[in-house]
Order: sequence, then C-alpha cells, then structure tokens
Amino acid sequence: MSAGPPDVPAPVDESDRLEIAGRSFSSRLILGTGGFVNHELLAAACREARAELCTVALRRLDPSTPGSILDVLDEAGVAVLPNTAGCFTARDAIATARLAREAFGTDWLKLEVIGDDRTLLPDAVELVAAAEELVDDGFIVLPYTTDDPVLARRLQDIGCAAVMPLGSPIGSGMGICNPYNLSIIVEYAEVPVILDAGVGTASDAALAMELGCDAVLCASAISRAHDAAAMARAIRLGVDAGRLAFGAGRIPRRRYAQASTPMAGLPALGPSS
Amino acid sequence: MNATVNGEARVLPAGATVASVLVLLDVAPDARGIAVAVDGEVVSRSRWDATALHDGSTVEVVTAIGGG
Repeated sequence: MSAGPPDVPAPVDESDRLEIAGRSFSSRLILGTGGFVNHELLAAACREARAELCTVALRRLDPSTPGSILDVLDEAGVAVLPNTAGCFTARDAIATARLAREAFGTDWLKLEVIGDDRTLLPDAVELVAAAEELVDDGFIVLPYTTDDPVLARRLQDIGCAAVMPLGSPIGSGMGICNPYNLSIIVEYAEVPVILDAGVGTASDAALAMELGCDAVLCASAISRAHDAAAMARAIRLGVDAGRLAFGAGRIPRRRYAQASTPMAGLPALGPSS
Repeated sequence: MNATVNGEARVLPAGATVASVLVLLDVAPDARGIAVAVDGEVVSRSRWDATALHDGSTVEVVTAIGGG
C-alpha cells in the first residue's frame, strides 16, 4: 500500500477493502480525471482523494500538448481505468476499447455508450450489446449505466465485473435522484456497485455509501470545485463516513418521536394532589 | 499517396508505414500510452514497422487525456 503524505489521515479501516475482478483496493473513491485545469491540480486531487484507480479517456494525439497525464498518474501511484467517453454506438465503444487496451496495456474498461448529447444518459440497448462483446473479448467491463435495477442485473448477468449506476446526469451535481432504485440495485448486485455520475459534494458520496454502494466514482465535483484538492479530501471523507455508517447500521425512520431518555425514575416535582 | 491522419489530409511517400506516420507526428517508437488504428482496425505496436499504408488510408493516432 502506498503511504500518503503525513497530513492525510489513514482510511477508516485497512481491512475493509474493495474487490473488483480479483483486484483489491483500500480506497473506495475512484477519481475521474476530466475537467482538471492542469496536471498539478490533478496530482493534488489524487493525493487528497487517496485514489488508487483513475479514469482516462482516449483522444487524437496532439503533438503540441506538453507532458502526459499518464506520467502524473504514475507519479501518484494510481492505476488507469480507460473509458469510452464520447461513444454513441456499441461499434464505436468496442473499437475505442480495443484502442485503449493497446494504448494502456490493460483489459479494464469503464464502458460508456451515450444515447443523447444533452443528458449524456446511457443507451441501454447499445450498452448491453457492447458489454456482451467486450466481456467475450476478455475485457474487465465496468459499465456506466442508468439507475434501472433490471438493466444493472442484465449487465451483471452478462459478466460485467461491476455495475456503475448514475446518481444523476454526468456533471450535473444533482446528487442521487432516485435512492430507492439505487438501493434495489445494491440489493440485487453480486458484483460491486460503484456510483458513477451526479455527485456534487461530499454528502452525495456519503449517501451513496450509506445506501450500500461499494465505491464512488467522481470527476466533475472535484475537478470543477473552487478548490479541487480540498473537495477531493471532503469527498473521500464522505465516502469513508458513508461506508462506516452503512456498516454500523442506521436506525429505522419512524413517524413519531422515540425518547432516548427513559421516563422511569422521573422525580415528582409538581404540587401534590 | 494520400492518407488522412487524425482527420488531416496528408501526402505520404510511397511505401509509408504506420511507423513513418508516427515519425511525422514526433512520436518516439517507445512512447507510452499511444495506440494506432488504420481504417478502424487497431495496429499493435509490434506491427507499426511492418504495416504499410495505401492510398486513401485513414490513420488514427490516439493517446490519453483527462476524462471521467
């Protein structure tokens, strides 16, 4: 395990590890690397997030771009999770996945197949088709999906290594719009559930973990925050807090009050009758 | 011959290969995080030298950028 800088507190419980496809992680926060203004901010966010896995995208080489994001991620000691962002068809996503495998030497893939450029919501039909082919082709597929429990189960049944339901649309910061569906996804899941998209701040990440998600993937909420490094730390602490709370077991919600102080032994202080 | 490299029309010498396109783009043969597709098919690094282009080839050279 990599030792963080001394001012960063240790994760809540070293023995509580995230397992995906036989790989074990101490961090339950996956950092998306989109939207950072520069590599220094990304490096600071990696440190504060204590991320061990970071998404990257593939785009045409621009010879004028100085430095590679891969060097930054190497330096931070994080592994790369390539995505297929920008793909609207199974065909494009599969081609992009194969390029990513060649470029990064990993079979791991965050599969995104988008159906609409305003909402950036997944296209369920294309997503399932791409996932099937990529699983058959030996990829470790982590699909970005809607919060539909049936679709999540289909993706799991195909052989995806995790499911990554959205809380709300990518970059919207709207948090978890349907916690009931997310709970059902968690209940059905035999693979890790990673909340992907929609996190706006630390409490959203905490809620995802309280609902039983195994991890949170977060990009914009961190990279576009006024202070990205501070938000990375806040969201990491939110993930840890939510994970602890999930394990601790919350009290049931009830309509009326339930006194925490017993009535027995209450002294009689009124006028005697 | 004419080829399209990352969306730009290029005139390449006869016998041009994937490797020679990468030289044009200033990519070292051992550069990491690079992948190449010719006409939509991935050309693995071990075949960059041997893969000849033809008139009308579409070459895509991609690398990592920040992305969620």
